[in-house]
Amino acid sequence: MSELFYDAAPNATRVAPERPKARAYPAKPSEITLFGTCVMDLFFPEAGLDAIRLLEREGIRVHFPQEQSCCGQPAWTSGYVKEAREVARAQLNLLDNGQPVVVPSGSCAGMFRQHYREVFADEPDTLKRVEDLAERTFELTEFLLHVCQVQWQDLGKPTQIALHTSCSARREMNTHLHARQLLGKLEKVERLEHDHESECCGFGGTFSVRMPEVAGAMVQDKTRSLMDSGAVEMVTADGGCLMNINGSLEKQEVRFRGRHLASFLWERVSGEKTS
Amino acid sequence: MSARNNILNRLRTSLAGTEPRPDDFDEALVTEPWQYTPESRIQRLRALMEAVQTEVHQLPADQWPAKVQALLESRNLANILYAPGTAHGQKLAEHWQAHGARQDLVAYDRPVEQWKEELFWEVDASVTGTVGGIAATGSLVLWPDRNEPRLMSLLPPLHIALLKASEIEDNLYAIMQKQNWSAGLPTNLLLVSGPSKTADIEQVLAYGAHGPKELVVLILEDQ
Amino acid sequence: MNQRIPVTELESSFRGRASEALADSQLRTNFRTAMDSLMRKRADAFSDPDEREDLRELGNHIKARALSQLPDLLEQLEAKLTENGVKVHWAETTEEANQIVHGIIEAKKGSQVVKGKSMVSEEMEMNDYLAERNVECLESDMGEYIVQLDGEKPSHIIMPAIHKNRHQVARLFHNKLGVEETDDVNELIRIGRRTLREKFMEADVGVSGVNFAIAETGTLLLVENEGNGRMSTTAPPVHVAVTGIEKVVENLRDVVPLVSLLTRSALGQPITTYVNLISGPRKPDELDGPEEVHLVLLDNGRTRAFADAQMRQTLNCIRCGACMNHCPVYTRVGGHTYGEVYPGPIGKIVTPHMVGLKQVPDHPSASSLCGACGEVCPVKIPIPELLQRLRQENVKSPKEHPQVKDGGAKYSRTERAVWRVWAGLNTSPAIYRLFLWGATRFGKLTPKNVGPWTQNHSAPVPARRSLHDLARQHLGSQGTKGGRS
Repeated sequence: MSELFYDAAPNATRVAPERPKARAYPAKPSEITLFGTCVMDLFFPEAGLDAIRLLEREGIRVHFPQEQSCCGQPAWTSGYVKEAREVARAQLNLLDNGQPVVVPSGSCAGMFRQHYREVFADEPDTLKRVEDLAERTFELTEFLLHVCQVQWQDLGKPTQIALHTSCSARREMNTHLHARQLLGKLEKVERLEHDHESECCGFGGTFSVRMPEVAGAMVQDKTRSLMDSGAVEMVTADGGCLMNINGSLEKQEVRFRGRHLASFLWERVSGEKTS
Repeated sequence: MSARNNILNRLRTSLAGTEPRPDDFDEALVTEPWQYTPESRIQRLRALMEAVQTEVHQLPADQWPAKVQALLESRNLANILYAPGTAHGQKLAEHWQAHGARQDLVAYDRPVEQWKEELFWEVDASVTGTVGGIAATGSLVLWPDRNEPRLMSLLPPLHIALLKASEIEDNLYAIMQKQNWSAGLPTNLLLVSGPSKTADIEQVLAYGAHGPKELVVLILEDQ
Repeated sequence: MNQRIPVTELESSFRGRASEALADSQLRTNFRTAMDSLMRKRADAFSDPDEREDLRELGNHIKARALSQLPDLLEQLEAKLTENGVKVHWAETTEEANQIVHGIIEAKKGSQVVKGKSMVSEEMEMNDYLAERNVECLESDMGEYIVQLDGEKPSHIIMPAIHKNRHQVARLFHNKLGVEETDDVNELIRIGRRTLREKFMEADVGVSGVNFAIAETGTLLLVENEGNGRMSTTAPPVHVAVTGIEKVVENLRDVVPLVSLLTRSALGQPITTYVNLISGPRKPDELDGPEEVHLVLLDNGRTRAFADAQMRQTLNCIRCGACMNHCPVYTRVGGHTYGEVYPGPIGKIVTPHMVGLKQVPDHPSASSLCGACGEVCPVKIPIPELLQRLRQENVKSPKEHPQVKDGGAKYSRTERAVWRVWAGLNTSPAIYRLFLWGATRFGKLTPKNVGPWTQNHSAPVPARRSLHDLARQHLGSQGTKGGRS
């Protein structure tokens, strides 16, 4: 009933947006555009390459437009709208190619799918293209699972891993569910739960440098809980969290480490050793 | 300009050109998950009440005065506060008379100011009626009035409540509609769902914070 | 002007206080245990996810409907309450509200006030205001009583003494009340009950908050477990209720889902021990109840939040505390770190409207935007979105007309310049690729200490080759095709 009521006045009292329906996934395409993300570009480029390999293994042609840079999230979450919009517009233009866009990071995928419409809220003419991009954006794990419907054989040795999912990936893209299912396809991989699994690792982009005391306590707790799980290593689909958690582990001078999920999956599926 | 006018003007300016949102209240959502068969209704009420330390007894309607006497006996209490102006208050007094019960019947028949000390410190228990119960939340509905004042169900350490089985409704919405509350509420309407409690210290549950430490509910079955 | 009297010697900034709290292992343990328990209780109370999400949506709609007609509903509430014999007062500021409350007490020549729980009275700093005028105002909620005894502010809106364990309470009672030190929680509660019953009996005025004010019937609805709320609103001859203007709902039936959302979100309870609906003072023939009932409606910045449609959603809040129970920041630093009346996520989005961003400049960024709060809010306040908005308001230059009181508190030309450079870098593919080349080429030159990052992490070293580079090599020439330029 309330859907029929629409008060267009800008100062009308708002209700929460309608709950999203389950996503209808398209058939596997023959080509896609990969948006690598700035963190992966600089710090985990091999994982990006592993993502490309995973996609090519499914017979998909991957395009990597060299003009890509950053989704704009750091400026957006810091409150710098104009700057975020400029950068977002550049990506929006670049990705305006009708192809599915696969992003190996839940938070950047979330930027395209949820937040670009906020970034461009004042530009009704741009919103159509924003919606189009949102429709075509897939986070890597959901793309492999639901669009490619991968069939894998686990070529690795038995192992135990802990899975960490970034908060935006979890809440905006359900990445934790997709990642669990993908890992479930690997018969020799046992996924161990860790304490307070859904709690934030303390990265939060600029939060980790603006509030280092609290962020430090959060990553301390997260690394402790990951190590206490009994897992051999941690895997995560998000480069920001990976940078945060591995950076802390290195400073703690312990042996435990995390890896990008793409690298882990490629290793298990291809039999090749990855970083 | 008064505070009132300033506030209202600011609000109206903010809403200029907008429409009130429609009333899309969802009756089904607040009733369907909370509906019971006649058998499970009392069960549900009992389960929820007992989970928070309410003592519940089911008995034929005419046996409740004897039960009250027994409750006072077993706890070795000296008196009970009652409402002489109510039908159940009179029944209690008759039973007391007929059986020579030794506990004092204390009538709440004058304004609280006249006997505050006694009411606050020297009354061991009280018995009140109710206007219904709510199965979904394990609650009593009390509708205090001149005859059965508000403090009766609050001050004494033991509160005994009479609840007719036939007056137990499924959920709050159902009873609110059935009894047409919006047509006129009393000075104070109460939902009571257990003895008083607090978890303010380390989240450890402790009973008897400020209200009654014990609540006994007598569910009266009509014959 | 109310003099803000700090009751503990706390660092003046969020980060400073956070550091102190983080170092307090007893506090960390108390909060971790408590929040875990509250999260579990809420989850158990909402075992059916569809019912939960439908109910949250209904709660959101009910509050939005009320806010969309707020001035009319306030007038209707006032008319109905007045008809019922309740006196309604309006206050724009906490100073005015205090004057009104004090005026009521003075008219009765009162000197003792007993208070049920009210966060609005904390906004007013009412206890201090009255104490300065020789009126004793005693907290009767067990948790509030405990923090009052210790000269502290509450650290949680539902469980004010959650930062204390039983030994700390036992020690406090022993020191302040002279009773024997006991770890038995039941005994501690008994002590509190005895002490406060005396006060209920003697008080001249009882003050309470309001959970929901119902316009349709002119009714104040209060929820509680202890009975002190009923005591405060029934025993003394005068009852004064204080509330924010956003607490009014349209119809009596609207409270059904809202009360369910409140009790299940706050403490995982299907209902509280008492739900108390007050529609007037003692009638002429009634034997108890207050002879006078007053309602004080307080603005204190709420009309500021209301003015902006996005930030108006802040006023959906039904004060359940679920947001702070689920917040990883709050769990680690506790309520006092926020330094204001309302802590946690709700505190961060409502306080700027009440006291201005200059007083709480770090509030908007004291969050990793994890979204746990928004996920559990029973009335679907988009808390992360509002934090984001407040960050925008916080860095605006005066020319950009911030929409929040004292906006632009963190306006910095330097930081602005940094982001301009960042934007330039990320919108010029040639410069971006040059930057990548430099970073990867000279990665090993990253200093070991890069400020706040290296407090908790090893120095970040860029990879030897960027993904741009690796991709170009792997994909060959076909990989460099872009979209329409």
